Amino acid sequence: MIDTVTQFLSDNLVLIVGAVKAAIIAVALLSSVPLLVWLERRLMGRFQVRLGPNRVGPFGLAQPFADAVKLLFKESIVQGSADKFLFFLAPAVVVFTAIVTFSAIPFGASFTLFGQEIGPHVANINVGLLFVFAISSMGIYGIVLAGLASNNKYSLMGGLRSSAQMISYELTLGLAALGVIIVSGSLNLVEIVEDQAVVPNIILQPLAFILFFTAGVAETNRAPFDLPEAEQELVAGFHTEYTGMKFAMFFMGEYINMITMSAMVTVLFLGGWNAYFFEFLVPPVIGPIIVFAAKVFLLLCVFIWLRSTFPRIRYDRLMTFGWKVMLPLAVLNLMVAGFFKVL
Amino acid sequence: MELFFFIPIALLSVLLAFGVVFNKSPIGSAVSLIGMMLCLAGVFVIQSAHFLAILQVLIYAGAIMVLFMFVIMLLNLKTAEDTVWKAREHNTLLSVLTGFLVLGLVYKLVEIATDANFGPGMPVAENFGTTEMVGAKLFTDYVLPFEVASILLLVAMIGALVLAKTKTD
Amino acid sequence: MLEQYTGAFLMLIIAIGIAVGMVVATSILGPKHRFADKAEPFECGESQIVSPHQRFSVKFYLVAVLFILFDIEAVFLFPWAVLYKRLGVFGFVEMFLFLIILGVGLLYVWRRGGLDWE
Repeated sequence: MIDTVTQFLSDNLVLIVGAVKAAIIAVALLSSVPLLVWLERRLMGRFQVRLGPNRVGPFGLAQPFADAVKLLFKESIVQGSADKFLFFLAPAVVVFTAIVTFSAIPFGASFTLFGQEIGPHVANINVGLLFVFAISSMGIYGIVLAGLASNNKYSLMGGLRSSAQMISYELTLGLAALGVIIVSGSLNLVEIVEDQAVVPNIILQPLAFILFFTAGVAETNRAPFDLPEAEQELVAGFHTEYTGMKFAMFFMGEYINMITMSAMVTVLFLGGWNAYFFEFLVPPVIGPIIVFAAKVFLLLCVFIWLRSTFPRIRYDRLMTFGWKVMLPLAVLNLMVAGFFKVL
Repeated sequence: MELFFFIPIALLSVLLAFGVVFNKSPIGSAVSLIGMMLCLAGVFVIQSAHFLAILQVLIYAGAIMVLFMFVIMLLNLKTAEDTVWKAREHNTLLSVLTGFLVLGLVYKLVEIATDANFGPGMPVAENFGTTEMVGAKLFTDYVLPFEVASILLLVAMIGALVLAKTKTD
Repeated sequence: MLEQYTGAFLMLIIAIGIAVGMVVATSILGPKHRFADKAEPFECGESQIVSPHQRFSVKFYLVAVLFILFDIEAVFLFPWAVLYKRLGVFGFVEMFLFLIILGVGLLYVWRRGGLDWE
């Protein structure tokens, strides 16, 4: 009996390890969303010289969890003339693409456990960078479908605006990442991090870093590029008609995308789990993951800092900025990077 | 193992292709088309054409279908639905022609299927279908088509501008 | 080669489960009080007068077409960047030509006002 169980386990070890890793990461990702919401509300409070949520639980930590439960038990209103199937599909697409995108991101050096080498990532894909771009580009359909299915003019306008914004900045995102690939010569995210063992790419490619991060903020629809949610003009844009958990799912997607984008910036530019001068402080196994998480946390704080500092950009300026400043700069950066590499 | 993944994905892609044709609303058709393209990307992955699979998602499902969606949003949707219904009225000549076309395709498919060798597949090189291999071919053996492609893209860019700008100038 | 996608495939299944589970849960839980006014589209308290399907600026169409073209360009650049060390000067010249031709296109669109958003 025990023999057959161990036999089964050793036969399907890859599958079992993969499933456990995927489940752990999915749960961690989902539970980090309320924590991030809490962090944002507390930090925003500090920036605006007020307290922020501090009543429910210690330091108000239970507040976003209470909000989640409340949203789950709200009525799910479906507008009469809406396309029912697509109306339900849209928030599912947003959450789905956000979670799957994260599966390609490595967040620590691989270690050995029970004689089995385990890499802290769900999938180490050869074309990892392109995989992240490809799956995250599917997220746009959640917004487009929400706009189309709602059958409301604000939603449609918001969906159209938001998708035009996302495709414009997606170009800069890809072209800025190309500068890093020229330096490291690989699309594999683990190899890109290992390539930065001595010098992080932010020093070699400073312009690419600025372009990538700015485009990343626009891509995740965060302030000051949060045009789709422009409350004053579009009454919340593409998710006007959504209530309850379906409404919250758009925000879950947004916050998971924020984490993914921060992780991507860490992998591509900040040297991933390399600690550089502080390498002697880092314990084995869990240490690299902590270093990686610290860098991601720092970037998330920058996201929140940007939101409380900059006012929202006007839509025409947003589009011309994307096409006339970001895109030419990204192409120029690529040419300069190629030129210096060939010397 | 390959077959285990291939059969459901292939069936799903055929189903979604039917969804494109038989859906009443243009949005439904477009969504089915996106799903079908993603299934095709899955088929490419099974055939170990990794770079091609990514291109399928990035370009077809991610870029070209966005244009389709924009066109659906930009046009008045109600009239688009009307045209779909009008197109269903019979046009005998067109029906006969399409019928012949379908018959020809089916004949060709049967011919290929009967000739095909369903033995074990050809072994492929270790780096088959990777970005490196595609690039190595593209930038050495096929330099000229690659540079010509840039001119094609330039022409398309100018064409799009002419189409979009004519009225406002 | 297929093994590298095992994790992504498992994550795909979990993600489908989470997304569908959430939509289903919110539809089952929670009260259901339906009446005619609630089913109307949101219009700041008014009933809807005009159809939501108005015509939009052709600018959006131009943005989508330009996006396709530059996306194809970027896709050509990815294998080039990976192979850059091996291709050397030849690769640089090759891509310089490619980028110049597309740069001319971008400049033309820019000069003709295709990127202006009035």
